[in-house]
Formats: sequence, structure tokens, C-alpha cells
Amino acid sequence: MNQSLSYWQTFLIVLKRDLQVAVRNKGDIFNPLIFFVIVITLFPLGIGSDSAILTRIAPGIIWVAALLSALLSLERLFKNDYLDGSLEQMLLSPQPLFIMVFAKVFAHWLLTGIPIIVVAPLLALLLHMEQSAYGAMLATLALGTPILSLIGGIGVALTVGIKKGGVLLSLLILPMYIPVLIFATSAIEAAALGMPFSGHLAIIGALLAGSLTLTPFAIGAALRVSTN
Amino acid sequence: MWKWLHPYAKPERSYQLATTLLPWFAISSIFCLSIGVVWGLAFAPVDYQQGESYRIIFIHVPAATLSLSTYMAMATAALVGMVWQLKLADAAAAAIAPIGAVLTAVALVTGAAWGKPMWGTWWIWDARLTTQLILLFIYLGIIALHSSFEDKVLAGRAAGILTLVGVINIPIIKYSVEWWNTLHQGATISKLDKPSMDSAMLIPLLINILGFALMIGALTLIRFRNEVIARNAMRPWVKELVALENK
Repeated sequence: MNQSLSYWQTFLIVLKRDLQVAVRNKGDIFNPLIFFVIVITLFPLGIGSDSAILTRIAPGIIWVAALLSALLSLERLFKNDYLDGSLEQMLLSPQPLFIMVFAKVFAHWLLTGIPIIVVAPLLALLLHMEQSAYGAMLATLALGTPILSLIGGIGVALTVGIKKGGVLLSLLILPMYIPVLIFATSAIEAAALGMPFSGHLAIIGALLAGSLTLTPFAIGAALRVSTN
Repeated sequence: MWKWLHPYAKPERSYQLATTLLPWFAISSIFCLSIGVVWGLAFAPVDYQQGESYRIIFIHVPAATLSLSTYMAMATAALVGMVWQLKLADAAAAAIAPIGAVLTAVALVTGAAWGKPMWGTWWIWDARLTTQLILLFIYLGIIALHSSFEDKVLAGRAAGILTLVGVINIPIIKYSVEWWNTLHQGATISKLDKPSMDSAMLIPLLINILGFALMIGALTLIRFRNEVIARNAMRPWVKELVALENK
């Protein structure tokens, strides 16, 4: 690799590569999204089509489904690169690991977070969510899904070297997701009741700021442990 | 300044230190716990509102308070292991994790047993209870991650990273009763204020907290010795030790 690459160029190269890889395996993008939609359609089937109950639990269902689909898609963040050796090349390259990890996580968010944000209003409509809650739902998803990718990245980086790391991954990551889930769903519920929810959003924003700045370092350290 | 610590980076010296300290911790914890438990459960005055059921605090409060402290101890060990690359610090963190998980579980179970007569329910999705449950999950995740690596050194490092990431949850748990208006009561004992509790109840509680802390110390020492032995099983000094035991 050329020594004189700027941070921004490094970021763009890794981002472009990850997006290209994903475009060539379209299942990677669509499977988590289809999973998200199917999980959400299971709830009205299981609980019954009473629209009052669905309205009440819609925020929780959408967010739990978002967590699970993020979890499902996380493994591809590093697994293939680990298996074909390109992850080790990345660790050996002179570019800062922070930037490359950040680019990979950003690509993951673009491929899994954005589609969820796009289809969420449609699913909210199916679940009879309150009109006033749509804005809050989109805002929490926009702020919250990057956190899911960032924190999830730590778990994937820790488990990438382990055979059958999938179950372990969910054990490690889901507890860390709980704060996001609590604040996001309470923001949507507050909005549905017509109450202000900017405080909840501020906390999710703070979580995002903290994880944006800190998790790439943790992911990098974890990758060095996993590849050893 | 820290030079006196350096010899203890050697597993052998640490093992000897743990062996010397263990009886002190064990005896003092048995002493404190027997006084605290008997005093608290049998002789402390009955609460005028809660009746006899309040006595569970003599187990619940030490377990709950120290489940957080134990996590911080584990995180400190993990940080030391990561920054100074001390493998023994990782062994200490691995030794502490299951103890912390059990304390958290004890706090949850005793809390549920107290909640049934007081709040009329075993469980409620209250901020303090939920965050404590998250703490249990994090402990279990750390233990699971540690046991899924073949190589103990790698396992220690990986679990160390997860431990340090989990530290962000500690202030959330600690202040959950203040940040959210919850069913669980706020802290009664605090360093700065006069405690809102009668000294006839407070003293046995404090003795019990001390006893629990010493017990955690003793258990950690036992588990730490085991970890050190397991990791150094092929070293000559361990073989000598085994030979001495078998004589």
C-alpha cells in the first residue's frame, strides 16, 4: 500500500471495497432486511390483529426486530475478511486501524441500518402506530442503528476467530444493546402520547457520540486479539 | 516507587502471596459474617413498616453493592492486564468473574424474595432491577467468551476488552435509582450524609458488607491460585509443589 494515503483516502478505499463486496453478494443486504420484515409480521399473527394492542407494542416490536436483524447481519462484518486473510493484511498495513475499522462499520451501517430506516415507516403503518410517533421512530432509528453497528463490531471482532461464534456473539452483544432499546422505545412512546422526547434523543445522541469515538479503538484491539 | 510490586509479576511469588493472605481473609470473613448474620437476622430490631421481611437486606444489600464493586475490581485487573501485559492480572480477572455473577444472581433472587411481600410481585421491570439483570448478562457473557478460547492468554485478553466495554453500564446501574423515578428505593447508606437508618440496623449491615467483601477476597484468592496453577502446570515450581503435597 502507498504510504502517502491520507486518512480520508483510506476511509474511502475501505468503504468502497466493502460496498462492492456487498453489491456482488446481494443476499448480504437483503437477507437481514427480509428477516426484519418477517419478524415484524409474525407479531400480529402471534398476538392477534387487535389494533389497540398493536399500536401499544409497535415501538418495541420494531426496535427488537431491528436489534435482531443487526445481530444477524453483523457476522459478515469481519468473518469473510478473516477467512480469506484480507483482515490480516489490513492489520499489517501502515494505515491506522481506527480509520479502516470505522470505514467497515460505516459500510455495514449503510447496508443494514439505512434499509431498516427506509422500510420502518411502512411496517409502522402495518402495526397501526400513532401518527405522531413516526418522527420519533425515524429519529431514534437514525441515531440508534449506527450504535448497533458500532457496538456489534466489538462483539464480532472478539468472536471472529472462534468456531460457531454466532450464539456467543448474541450473548455478548444483546446486553450492551439494552440501553439503546430502552431509550429508543421510551422516546417513541412519549411521542405517541404527544409528550416531548428530545431528552431521550439527546441520550441516544450521547451514546452515539461515545460509541463513534471509542468503539473503533476497542474493535481494533479485539481484532488484534482474534487474529493474534 | 512501584518497584516492590515487580517480583509479584512472577506467578510463583503471586501464588505464595495468595497462599499467605488466604487464611487471613477467610478467618476474618467467617468472623464478620457470623457476627453480622446472627445479629442482623436474630437480634436487630424489627422494622415498624416492613416487619420481619426487611431482614433480607442483611444479605441483599451486601450482595448487590458488592456485585458492582466486584465488577470494578475485575475491570481494574483487566485494565492492568491490557496496559502492562501482565498475564497474572488476566488470571485475576478470570478468577473474579464467576464470583461477581453469583453475587449478582444472589442480589436478584433475594430482591425478588423481598419484593413478593413488599411490592406484591416477584419481579417488576424497574430501572434498578433491569440494570442489575443486564449486569448478570454481562458477567455471563464475559465468562462465556473466556471459556470459548482454547488459549488462556488470548481468552484473558478478549475477555478483558469485553470487561472494559461493559464498564459503561456500571454508572448506569449505580445511578439508575436517582435518574429514573423507580419503585426501588434510593441509597440509604452514603459516605457523606448521615444514614437514614437506625444504628441498631446499620451496624450489623455494615459488618455484613465487610464480611461479604472479605469473603469475596478469600474466594478470589482461592480461584486465583487455581488459575495460576492451571496456567503454569508445566513449570518446575508447580511440579515441586505437587511433589510436596503428595509426600
